[in-house]
Parts: sequence; C-alpha cells; structure tokens
Amino acid sequence: MSEKTAITLHINGRDYAIAVEPRRTLADAIREDCGQTGTHLGCEHGACGACTVLVDGEPVRACLMFAVQADGKSIRTVEGLADGDTLHPLQQAFMEHHGLQCGFCTPGFLMLAVGVLEREPDISDDDLLDVLSSNLCRCTGYQNIVKAVRAAAQQMRGNRPAR
Amino acid sequence: MKPAPFIRHVPKTLDEAVRILGAVAAEEGRVLAGGQSLVPIMAFRLAKPAHLVDINEIAELGRMSNDGKMLRIGALVRHAAFHKPVVDNPLGHLLAAVARAIAHYPIRLRGTFCGSLAHADPSAEWCLVAATLDATLVAHSTRGARTIAARDFFQGIMTTALAEDELLAEVRLPLLAPDTRFGFNKFSRRAGDFAMSAALAVYRLQDGKMTDVHLGVGGAEPSPRRIPEAEAVLAGQAPGDTVFRAAAEAAAQAVEAMEDHQTSADYRRDLVRAVVRRALEQSA
Repeated sequence: MSEKTAITLHINGRDYAIAVEPRRTLADAIREDCGQTGTHLGCEHGACGACTVLVDGEPVRACLMFAVQADGKSIRTVEGLADGDTLHPLQQAFMEHHGLQCGFCTPGFLMLAVGVLEREPDISDDDLLDVLSSNLCRCTGYQNIVKAVRAAAQQMRGNRPAR
Repeated sequence: MKPAPFIRHVPKTLDEAVRILGAVAAEEGRVLAGGQSLVPIMAFRLAKPAHLVDINEIAELGRMSNDGKMLRIGALVRHAAFHKPVVDNPLGHLLAAVARAIAHYPIRLRGTFCGSLAHADPSAEWCLVAATLDATLVAHSTRGARTIAARDFFQGIMTTALAEDELLAEVRLPLLAPDTRFGFNKFSRRAGDFAMSAALAVYRLQDGKMTDVHLGVGGAEPSPRRIPEAEAVLAGQAPGDTVFRAAAEAAAQAVEAMEDHQTSADYRRDLVRAVVRRALEQSA
C-alpha cells in the first residue's frame, strides 16, 4: 500500500471527493469509489475500449489513466448521456439499429462515439470507421454499431443550431 | 491486472522533473507521459516502477515549434496533434499520414511522440519516422542536456541510449524540401495493431530522378533503421515499378528479420519486401 491522495472527480456534473492510491486507475475509481458502474472494464490494458469515458471532452481509455491524473477534470460517463427518460440520440440509434446484444461493450462505444461526434461533427464515414475500430464488440459483428453511429451522426448534425 | 504501488511525483517544470528523476532513477523511477504503453505494462506487472515522474502538468513540454529548418516536438505533444499537418511542408503531410496508423483514436489523444521513442517498441511508427528522417533527440538530466542522433538512440527492443536519469524532452525533425515525395506502408493483422513490418520511403524528385533517398524499415529488426542497400538501388533513378521491386528485394535481403511464435523470419522478410514496394508505389 502506498499513501492515499484526496482528489475530487467531477463526474456528469457531480463532485465525488475520494481518497485513492496513485495506482488506482480512473476506471476503478469511477466504479469502486464513486459507485458509477455503467463504465465497464474488459481487458484492463487498453486493448478493448470498454472503459472509454470522456475526460475534458476527450474519449480516453479509463484503465490507462490514473484517477489522480483526473483530479479536478470534467468526466462524462454513460450515466450522463440520457436526459431523464429521454435517451441521447446515440443511445436511441443503438436501440433502433440493434447496435448491441449483450451490452457489455456498449457504454464504451457510446462514449467513444459521443466524444468523437462532439469534437468532429463533420467527420467522414471512412474516418468514423477508423474511430470505431478502437473498441471491441464480440456480439454484433460491428455492422449495426456502424449503422447506429452513422445514423446518430446525421441526426446530431441536423440538430445543430444554425450559425 | 492492477499496477503495483508507486509514488507519484508531479513536477511543474522540466528542471524540477529532471531533478526528481535524478533522485529516484536508481530506485526504479520512470517518466510517465501519455501512459499508453507504460500503464499496460504496469497492469501486467512487467514493469513495477517505485516512482513515477508524471510530466503531464509541465506546460513547456507541450510545445511544438519550427524555425524554418527543424520541427521541434516537446515531450508532451500527443499523437493526435499530427492528425492534420502541423507545418506547411511535406513533413507535416508525412506526419499526418503516419499518425493515422498509430493504434486507435483514444490512444492517439493521450500517447506522446517522444514517449513512443523513449519506449522504443521495434514496431512503433514514430520510431520508424525518427530513424528514417535522421531525427535529433534531446535528453535532459541533472548533468545538463545532450543531443543524440536517431541512429545512435535505438539500441534494440525497448532499449535506447537514454540513461535511467535522462528525460527525452524534445525531438527535432528536419523540414523537407518542397520537391520531397514520401510513402508509408504498414502491415498488421488488425486495424490499429502493432506493425509486423512497416516502411517509410522519402526522397526528392529532381529532374525526374530520385535523390536524397531515405528508406527506413521498422517492425522487422529489433530497431528501425535506414536500409542503405535499398537506398543505393533507388538513388539517381527515375521512380518506376522495376526499380521499386529491386529496392524492395534489396531491403528484404538486407534485414535480419526477427522471429516470434507467430511469425517466422522468412515470413517477416516477405512482409518487408511487400511494405517497401507499397511505400514506394504510394510515393510515386
């Protein structure tokens, strides 16, 4: 055991004051210390992308970042996507296009796609395919995930306020 | 799959980082930049550093600049910074083409150019770029700063010329002449995976002939390097299928291909032939 450090994680607009060892990954802190278990852990070494969350708007692998490095940063997880009973356009699209079966990888795919579409709303289909190759899904064969994200991308572009 | 305990240090300046590293280097002290290679290794407990010098809060290391001759890349410049050309020069386009081949989008947002070089995985794309373009690396320690040529820097699988108390603070890449052509090709079994072989071809096209030829191969030997035998085949010739094939053959013969449980040396040598030819075809 090494000494614990007091940090504050801002997750989906709420502050969590916790004390963690430096070796505590952000993914473990989100789940174990903050109780937000929507973020899933698959491989714990950066290969599968299941633990993808947004840190200051950037999709990152939460198993490859230490919680102490996220002190004071704004974190978004799958729990923050829906607005009450209204699903986020990406969640809705995953439902409509059958973009999930067992659902284990879904939070990671959702946060990856949300992060990328918010950063690059006009991303090309080819680049989107490259981005979606970041995460692993063992059920769907990916085609329906690609369909869902493309559909949501179109919808999110359509909803953009006129400049 | 949980890293072993360590003490984290968070310096705010390069001087402070180097001072701390100097003090903890002998006790398994390591530098933490993007963490996209180091943290997985720690999760597997293949690395158990007792101290991590986390350089993520050192603003000065996030800088990138060019003085008209060299592009200087600070230790905290992330892979994603190169998604779009960072300089209006063939070098900017070359780096953008290579950056897309590195791992995956979220990894590219965190991992750093200099960290990739310090880690020195034989298949790393930036290591191939540094070796092919004869990069200059700047290492800092409490003893001062020193520059290291790329050809002296890479010394084997995950082995570099860096002393344990040295921090790779900057990499300098030469800007390229306007008539520079380049091609990059990487072979891996899955999108974003480690290269089983990769090639980078860079040359100037003057009066229809290839000059100042740099041809580098990565992922095949313990370190990426330029292949003089292949460069000699290309130099002074007009680009074309016959000469490209001859250069690819020369490269395949020149490398001492690594073997692992999935890949025989012969297969890897075949891959070298293929990636060199494809890189050259892309350049033309």
